[in-house]
Amino acid sequence: MDNNKNWIDQRFPLTKVWNEHLAEYYTPRNFNFWYFFGSLAILVLVIQILTGIFLTMHFKPDAALAFNSVEYIMRDVDWGWLIRYIHSTGASAFFVVIYLHMYRGLLYGSYKAPRELIWILGMVLYIALMAEAFMGYVLPWGQMSYWGAKVIINLFGSFPIVGELILEFILGDYAVGDPVLNRFFSLHVIAIPLILVILVFLHIVALHTVGSNNPDGVEIKQNKDKNGIPKDGIPFHPYYSVKDIVGVVVFLMIFTSIVFFAPALGGYFLEAPNFVEANPLKTPDHIAPLWYLTPFYSVLRAIPPMFGSQLPGVLAMFAALLILIALPWLDRSKVKSIRYRSWPYKVALTIFVITFIVLGWLGMQAVTPLYSLMAQVFTALYFAFFILMPWFTSVGKTKPVPERTTEH
Amino acid sequence: MKTLLNTTLSAVAAMVISFNAAASGAGVHLDHANTDITDEASLQRGAQSFMNYCSGCHSIELMRYNRIAKDLNIDEADMAKNLMFNAEKTGSTIFSSMPDKGAKEWFGTTPPDLSLTARARGTDWIYTYLKGFYADDTRPYGVNNHVLENASMPDVLWQSKQDKSEQDFNQEVRDITNFLDYVSEPVKLIRYEIGVKVLGFLFILFILSYLLKKEYWKDVKYGKWRAKD
Amino acid sequence: MSEQEIDLKKRRFLTGATSVVGAVGVGFVLVPFLSSWMPSARAKAAGAPVDVDITKLEEGQLVRVLWRKKPVWIFKRDKTALANLSAQDDVLVDPDNSEDQQPVYAKNAHRSINPEVAVIIGICTHLGCSPTYRPEVGAADLGGDEWKGGFYCPCHGSKFDLSGRVFKGVPAPTNLVIPPYHFVNDSLIRIGIDPKA
Repeated sequence: MDNNKNWIDQRFPLTKVWNEHLAEYYTPRNFNFWYFFGSLAILVLVIQILTGIFLTMHFKPDAALAFNSVEYIMRDVDWGWLIRYIHSTGASAFFVVIYLHMYRGLLYGSYKAPRELIWILGMVLYIALMAEAFMGYVLPWGQMSYWGAKVIINLFGSFPIVGELILEFILGDYAVGDPVLNRFFSLHVIAIPLILVILVFLHIVALHTVGSNNPDGVEIKQNKDKNGIPKDGIPFHPYYSVKDIVGVVVFLMIFTSIVFFAPALGGYFLEAPNFVEANPLKTPDHIAPLWYLTPFYSVLRAIPPMFGSQLPGVLAMFAALLILIALPWLDRSKVKSIRYRSWPYKVALTIFVITFIVLGWLGMQAVTPLYSLMAQVFTALYFAFFILMPWFTSVGKTKPVPERTTEH
Repeated sequence: MKTLLNTTLSAVAAMVISFNAAASGAGVHLDHANTDITDEASLQRGAQSFMNYCSGCHSIELMRYNRIAKDLNIDEADMAKNLMFNAEKTGSTIFSSMPDKGAKEWFGTTPPDLSLTARARGTDWIYTYLKGFYADDTRPYGVNNHVLENASMPDVLWQSKQDKSEQDFNQEVRDITNFLDYVSEPVKLIRYEIGVKVLGFLFILFILSYLLKKEYWKDVKYGKWRAKD
Repeated sequence: MSEQEIDLKKRRFLTGATSVVGAVGVGFVLVPFLSSWMPSARAKAAGAPVDVDITKLEEGQLVRVLWRKKPVWIFKRDKTALANLSAQDDVLVDPDNSEDQQPVYAKNAHRSINPEVAVIIGICTHLGCSPTYRPEVGAADLGGDEWKGGFYCPCHGSKFDLSGRVFKGVPAPTNLVIPPYHFVNDSLIRIGIDPKA
């Protein structure tokens, strides 16, 4: 055994990697509930890749065959239904986990120096994930797939002058059809997953370079013992590996409950109209993206067309996404964790969370004058959170941050 | 090419704003179908009624006869004798006996495939629709429908409606609805069962992993792993 | 420091138990993924038994049908052909059907249920070509007088007799395969299902 290890270590830094990232990677001892979601995100990524590989073996990326090939998986392939339901549920689960993971960042200021790069990589991951999910949703070629693709792709046509060219470029045709399905398939199964995996790797490398933040927002590396080990740190393995296993099992219990008992989750995970094959002649009565994209869809709808162009709405939607990247520099507070922040930040964060949820809900609703007005108000609130952040993070009295984590 | 851009822009504007306007079908009251997919007798009766009344015009292209036989505990030979009007092999999918061309002439449209109707429309819709025919002389078949205005389908269940008690008729419609619900997702019959087992297994794993975590974290609790002050 | 000693035994037990149960879980997870590679309901339907009506099959005539994407020959042998079958055992590799290339009910001199009617999968056991039907006795290109009728594989020259048994000295190692089949009635053969015992 030891001989084998030596043999490998002379050729590949196995023991070194193991120690640096697991056995001797010192992690704050005071992680709470919110710190499960990083490892869960990796779990969901693995689930999606694994089920995706097997779905690809049976799926046909052809506008004439795609819809029935999905039902072929659901009916004729042994256990195909389970693989498909895991994949479709996994898509939504990915966003549940990622949103909670991001919220953790907001709670404890995980994006603040020296972790700006981790946050930026995370945001790029998030945007790539949205693209991945959107393209995946197009593949079953149901009515929602088709019309959702049409609406989202058409957004790119709203750019002046080049809009038309971009549109033809994306479509490879003059309408949503076979070429789009085929190229989205390629991007969904190869290109974007590859990017996701690389970004996840970089995200973790960056994290392990600076070390994890924690609910107290103290830097454990500033308090080391004579051996150079952080006093409030514990080795990731075995302590957090056994803890994360518990998290994984609990997550799987919730996840499989949905997979087996409510895979469509009342239309939130699989929409009823998507069980009708794509029909270019008939728009469904009500089209909305899946829940994880609706906050941004709401922003898009909130901005009325100007000069006969939808462009302002489109720009607002992209701005709503991209502004998240600027967070580390908009936050002027001296403290990281919500535990020691001033009350204006707590109020702002609360309002922001409510805003995000309401925008998400509005994005699923049919437009009425009242909802339009609400969408505008909450869109304003959404941007206000970021624009006013330099102000509300620098006013009010913060509590003194302890030198060590509170549980030690 | 300019038109492409124009259509695009108006399409975006239209879709983003107006297609989200009121979901249709709102306003039509739907009766609760009250079907039970675990009721095998109901599913068997529904299969029989479907083959008798519906399969002449409607296909269930995504479903195979032998799958139905297996799932609903119908003997394959009986199935072939009593239920397979349009196919020879039990492994074949369920096509209607009507040629597409004839359908267009007779109904003005091709009767839709019913494989996924229950998932797309819901069981309440099917149940209410099948019961929702009323006399209307302006329509080609003398009937119209409350749920789907100007439906091109004749009221194939009129004889039952006339002959049977209201309760029996409702049950017949419920059986057909139940069968279509099963057809829309055959695996529904087994996934609950498997789900319970999976959750049971995960629960055992949860207990073990929780105890394991607790055991290891004693170190942290009692300071074994705390760096020396 | 420690208020409680580490219970190593308990720790080892829990690590082992969790690992074993976890490994069982991984085993369960493998089932659906591996099963999805097995023939689907569609493939099974396409591979369903094939019925062949032999009412009009004349002596010496051969018909081909596809069963599970493989050519299956059904042909009728006359008395001479049947007699010749047992006359050339010494030039055959496996005249007694000792290799498992046929169902038990075809493990006989004529390799069939009904002596006259042969049902054989027409794929050469060498490299998978489909041999040609050469029933004419004494065909000059196949050895003249010694040729009593049979099958000749154009790919690599393998020869088989009229019951699909392979000749010595040709590349094909074993006799041709007999598929499962049975007679539904005198004139209808169902290929793909064994006769009821």
